[in-house]
Amino acid sequence: MGAQLRVYKRRIRSVTATKKITKAMEMIAASRVVKAQRKVAASTPYATELTRAVTAVGTGSNTKHPLTTEAETATRAAVLLLTSDRGLAGAFNANAIKAAEQLTARLEAQGKEVDAYIVGRRGVAHYNFRERKIAKQWTGFTDQPEYADAKAVAGPLIEAIEKDTAEGGVDELHIVYTEFVSMMTQTAIDSRLLPLSLDEVAEESPAKGEIPPLYDFEPSAEDVLDALLPRYVESRIYNALLQSAASKHAATRRAMKSATDNAGDLINNLSRLANAARQAEITQEISEIVGGASALADATAGSDK
Amino acid sequence: MAAELHVELVAADRSVWSGEATLVVARTTSGDIGVMPGHQPLLGVLESGPVTIRTSDGNTVVAAVHGGFISFADNKLSLLAEVAELSDEIDVQRAERALERAKSEADASAERRADVRLRAVAAR
Repeated sequence: MGAQLRVYKRRIRSVTATKKITKAMEMIAASRVVKAQRKVAASTPYATELTRAVTAVGTGSNTKHPLTTEAETATRAAVLLLTSDRGLAGAFNANAIKAAEQLTARLEAQGKEVDAYIVGRRGVAHYNFRERKIAKQWTGFTDQPEYADAKAVAGPLIEAIEKDTAEGGVDELHIVYTEFVSMMTQTAIDSRLLPLSLDEVAEESPAKGEIPPLYDFEPSAEDVLDALLPRYVESRIYNALLQSAASKHAATRRAMKSATDNAGDLINNLSRLANAARQAEITQEISEIVGGASALADATAGSDK
Repeated sequence: MAAELHVELVAADRSVWSGEATLVVARTTSGDIGVMPGHQPLLGVLESGPVTIRTSDGNTVVAAVHGGFISFADNKLSLLAEVAELSDEIDVQRAERALERAKSEADASAERRADVRLRAVAAR
């Protein structure tokens, strides 16, 4: 076998192996998207009921709470960025990081200091590489987030909000995550989580337009709100984590699908080149034989005389 | 037929139980509270503890609830908990082991969780 042909054959083998791997990853990601979507759906009843309860307190009483009161001049904001631990997901992490960076620039233009809180190894690596300060980071659960993880993330953030700004606390909390729109579309979005505007919560509530009943609070409206708001924040973060996980798997599936398709194209092209190389080799061999034979014939014809 | 109320018991990551009931007893921070159909709208903070649901077909469902809320309006009762388990789902031996371990390690919150589970099973 000629050297050229051997090189093509080797490349075809290696691309075929890669194709098998990307195909397997595509299928794994596809099954994980479904699982992640199911988790999003399973967490919806809790989120809905919680929203309804927050609306009830918000409209049923005039209670003030540190998590709902706007600072007169906000000087420091926290940005919570949700990325994934693993790559191979196309532009998934790049988009989330870009959205976070735009938000940071916007907040800084408003004269606010920005503290970065990051979930996922990819985001952490991005910030570490650029030697930016990370206020707090969490890794290791982005593929399948549990409620306990959301709680672990929410804890320090709520603490930071409740602390005075002068003592290192923050006035606002923004969250950047990738919303799962559909299997084909996932968009990185940012939204302000805290301070919470109860009117906005009421807008989102499924019971919009209904007249909320006059609730009896047990033990008191303040205590209920005190207990309710951190749970609400946790549930929002949990939802964002789940959506981000579902988006990551969908992005992986798409990236792996195009990798598989590209590998297929590559194999086709290489097979054509290999065929051409084989043909060329055969042609060359034939012409060598013919040339050799005729040279031999000429030589014997000459010696006869 | 007696009046009924619709109960939704939801944990953060799943819906645990839902159905019709005639009486729900839960422990709020200011004491045990029983809710029957037609109760006035209520929103309360739950303590960790067993929640007893008397279903309309006469059965009793007991669940261990670790923190959360009870809200009632329009004959619809929702119990929201970060963690909630039906008593049939609780592994008694595991909860007992967890209780002993928590006691030996003086882990107050783990001890309380295990204790709530065992109480929910006992109330079944």
